[in-house]
Amino acid sequence: MTKLNTFEQAVATYEPVLGLETHIELDTKTKMFCGCATTFGAEPNTQVCPVCLALPGALPVANRAAVEATIKIGLALNCTIASWTRFARKNYFYPDMPKNFQTSQYEEPLCEDGYVDVVVDGEVHRVEIERVHLEEDTGKTLHVGGTTGRIHGATESLVDYNRAGIPLVEIVTRPVPGTGALAPEVARAYTAELRDIVRSLGVSDVRMEQGSLRCDVNLSLNRPGEEWGTRTETKNVNSLRSVERAVRYEVRRQSALLDAGERIFQETRHFHEATGETSPGRSKEEATDYRYFPEPDLAVMEPSREWVEELRASLPELPRKRRERLQAEWSLGDKDMQSVVNADAVELIEATVAAGTTPSGAVKWWLGELSRRANESGEELAALAITPAQVAELQGMVDDGRLNDKLARQVIDGVLAGEGSPADVAAKRGLEVVSDTGALEAAVDEAIAANPAVADKIRGGTHAAAGVLIGAVMKATKGQADAGTVRQIILDKLS
Amino acid sequence: MSRIIDKTAAELAADIREGRLTSVEATTAFLDRIAAVDGTIKAFLHVDRDGALATAAEVDAAIAAGETVGPLAGVPIAIKDVVVTKGLPTTAASKILEGWIPPYDATIVERIKAAKMPILGKTNMDEFAMGSSTEYSAYFKTLNPWDTGRIPGGSGGGSAAAVAAKMAPLAIGTDTGGSIRQPGAVTGTFGAKPTYGGNSRYGLIAFSSSLDTPGPVSRNALDAALLHEVISGYDPRDSTSIDAPVPPVVEAAKTGANGDLTGVKLGVVREFESTYDDAEQGVVDAFRQSVDQLAKLGAEIVEVSCPSFAYALPTYYLIAPSEASSNLARYDGVRYGLRAGDDGKHSLEEVMSLTREAGFGPEVKRRIILGTYALSAGYVDAFYGKAQKVRTLIKQDFEKAFTQVDAIISPTTPFVAFEFGARTGDPYQMYLADLYTIPTNMYGGPGVSVPVGLSEGMPVGLQVMGPVLGDDITYRVAAALESTQDVLLADTAPELEGK
Repeated sequence: MTKLNTFEQAVATYEPVLGLETHIELDTKTKMFCGCATTFGAEPNTQVCPVCLALPGALPVANRAAVEATIKIGLALNCTIASWTRFARKNYFYPDMPKNFQTSQYEEPLCEDGYVDVVVDGEVHRVEIERVHLEEDTGKTLHVGGTTGRIHGATESLVDYNRAGIPLVEIVTRPVPGTGALAPEVARAYTAELRDIVRSLGVSDVRMEQGSLRCDVNLSLNRPGEEWGTRTETKNVNSLRSVERAVRYEVRRQSALLDAGERIFQETRHFHEATGETSPGRSKEEATDYRYFPEPDLAVMEPSREWVEELRASLPELPRKRRERLQAEWSLGDKDMQSVVNADAVELIEATVAAGTTPSGAVKWWLGELSRRANESGEELAALAITPAQVAELQGMVDDGRLNDKLARQVIDGVLAGEGSPADVAAKRGLEVVSDTGALEAAVDEAIAANPAVADKIRGGTHAAAGVLIGAVMKATKGQADAGTVRQIILDKLS
Repeated sequence: MSRIIDKTAAELAADIREGRLTSVEATTAFLDRIAAVDGTIKAFLHVDRDGALATAAEVDAAIAAGETVGPLAGVPIAIKDVVVTKGLPTTAASKILEGWIPPYDATIVERIKAAKMPILGKTNMDEFAMGSSTEYSAYFKTLNPWDTGRIPGGSGGGSAAAVAAKMAPLAIGTDTGGSIRQPGAVTGTFGAKPTYGGNSRYGLIAFSSSLDTPGPVSRNALDAALLHEVISGYDPRDSTSIDAPVPPVVEAAKTGANGDLTGVKLGVVREFESTYDDAEQGVVDAFRQSVDQLAKLGAEIVEVSCPSFAYALPTYYLIAPSEASSNLARYDGVRYGLRAGDDGKHSLEEVMSLTREAGFGPEVKRRIILGTYALSAGYVDAFYGKAQKVRTLIKQDFEKAFTQVDAIISPTTPFVAFEFGARTGDPYQMYLADLYTIPTNMYGGPGVSVPVGLSEGMPVGLQVMGPVLGDDITYRVAAALESTQDVLLADTAPELEGK
């Protein structure tokens, strides 16, 4: 294997072209073509029927709620909604696909020609949406007995059909050129924006870790002015961070191959969470001919314009508008708001504010200390073991003077370590600010006695010199004093 | 004094309803007939004596208790093995489904059960309904009761032979390109392919989804119409089912029986004329006599032009196999039915492949290959796509013709029942059996085949084709022709020796 280039080397020579295919499981009560339940995590093969098991003779009936949800997604992505659309069969053999064809859409998708604007580094990147179509999910296969968890080398394959037939919306972008070194961030920002839009519509829980939002990342490189290169498709990239890393890795890998004069194979690749690398899957060049044809078991759909307009009118506030509103409510500058968005902290901060703290307090913790912790542990911010309510509680204790910032950081240590709420941690670890004025006065007296020259300066009106005495008091109380209170006591005594 | 098995379904129903006969007696008579002659004819893949008699006893109890029962309550019926029956083996005459017991009922079976009709068993057919002679059953051949050296038609040869041999007064068939009508014609029975969407396909094992239509098989138009009304009507489980009132076919059959067709315009297809040179003379003669007969009954005979009908057969052999190649993909040994090669030495893909190799017969394989080819990249536009366009033209021919006439008539099939093996060597010769029936499937309208005469001692059928949801006119014309026969042709079949 050729040695990887650094990302900086790679984007200095090549221009990346991105393409993103996203699958979103809708959270309809029933499956796409039958009445089976869709609950996540049920006992294997308990949410099945003749239709989703493809028993001989069974026929599909389209789920209207899923069609409605897809139209809403299309509208939120600025798409045109088809007035005539139908399903098609995508034929290929795989044991987790009961019919050995997937009911999907081909030449007549439900929604087409939309876009999503994402902001990265203060710059708007328009990601064009080619199509949004509706299809069904496959079952899940568990390959047992091999070392890789894949079918090769396995001795048995177990199939759970609970997922088979769950409505799946596929959102395909047009190729996105021109992002340069920002390609990884644009890919991430697009995925986050898409997730937020779909979540705001209430049609899916879009949880990447549960697979209800799955991302395939297409990437090619070309030298400036040359034609687009051959793309690879990295499958099932299951977190925002992984989206970014997958793009970064492919840029580095492909550029090294191109530098060495080798060719890029059009192929499917797998992303490995642990290493951040991709490895080849099946090659598209020897791949299946899906033999698409219109699904004769389902009627053509002709969504009426009235229905579409009703759905458009029913759309909730979309994330972009919401962010603008929150930015104003929180009195944040553009740059700060962008940091909030980039940190994927909008919802966290909103929830923290809702739990009763000030916007500035909420922003301070999530973007400061907590972002730092998330980076250190390589986690998403939302995955940290602290809730918005706990952050609000923490800031409340600071506001009340029970904690200072330094103590609060120690409290966070405890909360993240699972020691309980901020109040619990402060109590258990003895981290409360010393509010016993008697004790503080004694400490101040000691500091004055130890620093007579400084005391004289303050008496002479140089209040700034109080910092030295405050430092001494803080040291004496092991940081558990409130600096403001200490300062007041000093000034009271020396004036 | 006629035997129970000689009675029509309408007569049986009336006798049972009015207490002259019990359903158990009637059902027993047909079960006994099966026991006596099916060893020779081999129309049934599976007989459910206990189930049929249990239903019959329920009907008798209901009638004894004074309950109101439906128009065919207590009348036993045979069901083509391509229709799914809960708890009863259903194989579509394929090895790949050998031993499969469905956990659910087809909608039409639910309706038959709701109508309290005892189910005698499942009838033989060409595997997955692909064939015109029932020689492609993976289990055994069914013999034609008129001449046991000849085929009973196909794919629904079992249902037709069962009715022709009086092993059942009624049967269910399915018609994708003629599989109800052509067996009807060659066994001297009545067969109706209803309007596509008029009958639910839910639980009908798919061959070609856009063409498959279940329908009745009987000895006369009225019996078929009674069964038609039992099984028809909108089904929310079938997206292609039509949400419209069921055409009044029973009333139409009764009207037709008066023998008056005054004011009815019947079309004969100009483009079929040239095919008559290649058809059997006796078949063409019987058709021409029927046309004269219909004119005598008051019908106005009008020539209609349907130029695209000439392409119906090749069009069918692109569309039907294309859909079949996809519909039959589910038979892979993973979830049900046959599994071959699962010995720990073969990969999953090999097991799927070996299962399909072992489980499918030659005609099914031929059509899967044909359909896979017709849908493959680079060919799909030239084959499947072009066929869809021609299908549209065929529909337009029908629509235009029905602005001029009320119904269209033709021979049902170009030749009478042929001898076993006569056409298996050349698929095209076999496919020609459906030359006249296929256009209606491409269009989606109704078509019935009514026995009208004999050619060299073998029955000949006439086809009546109607507009979409105009099933009633097809029954009316057929019943009018029946009214000219002193004895129903179906009742002149040679008496079989019981054994």
